[in-house]
Amino acid sequence: MDELTKIAYNCKKATYLIEKQDIGEITLREKLELKIHLAGCRVCRVFQQQSAAINRMIRNMLHRPVDENIKLDDKFKNQLQHLIDEQLDK
Amino acid sequence: MQSQNSTNIGLDNSAAPRLWVTRHADYLYKYALTRINDQELARDLVQETFLAGLERLQKFEGKSTERTWLTAILKNKIIDVYRKKASAFVNVPGMTSAEQETDDFFEPDAHNWKPNHRPAEFGIEQTDLLESKEFELILQKCLRKLPSLWLSVFTMKHLDDEPTDTICSDLRISPSNFWVIIHRAKLSLRECLQKNWI
Repeated sequence: MDELTKIAYNCKKATYLIEKQDIGEITLREKLELKIHLAGCRVCRVFQQQSAAINRMIRNMLHRPVDENIKLDDKFKNQLQHLIDEQLDK
Repeated sequence: MQSQNSTNIGLDNSAAPRLWVTRHADYLYKYALTRINDQELARDLVQETFLAGLERLQKFEGKSTERTWLTAILKNKIIDVYRKKASAFVNVPGMTSAEQETDDFFEPDAHNWKPNHRPAEFGIEQTDLLESKEFELILQKCLRKLPSLWLSVFTMKHLDDEPTDTICSDLRISPSNFWVIIHRAKLSLRECLQKNWI
């Protein structure tokens, strides 16, 4: 099998390249390989769409303002305050 | 009192450590907790950050706000935690082999999908499902299932948008390990979503 025929069946490499392309860079050759693979592989095309959607959702989720209710409890804050005062008054 | 404090933040450029707890403790705690899903550890890191800040007080020049300065200290402490996880991961015998890492998903020789791991459409392809509380809970559950190093890498990449080189040098992993981790994490996460959402 020549190299291009190999990539046409290699879903492992294709999904790896999809990830790499999405948040990094791939070479021109890799782009060509990926294109050839995706043209013939419906399953990996689904993977690519889902992967991009997952990245988008994770970003949105992580960048949303954090829940205002997340707070340190007062007891721990008091301890921290004592610790700081102690260090400063040394 | 709380609102008065928040208007003061960033306006003065001298350090006022006696006010750190009132002004910054909740913020720093949230910052840590979003990056390290462990309340106990997040509290410890806030405490360590304040102590490290006190030690370096003379070095605070007011070039950035007090909060930015403290956050930078905390961020380094978080990276230390990530790095410890990374070294535990990289030192596992056999792990470095990229080939083995994805073999549960693909046929060993042909490298095409194993039939029971094949992606199928389950509704996230066209529409944004994050509006759905139910879906978000599943996403969070699936994220928590990832090994902690993968989650660290994911968080650094997607939350702080760190360049790949920075993540690799911070975590002392090789670029090829980085891509293996990303690839593997996405395969697992995607499969977890498909299984739990359908």
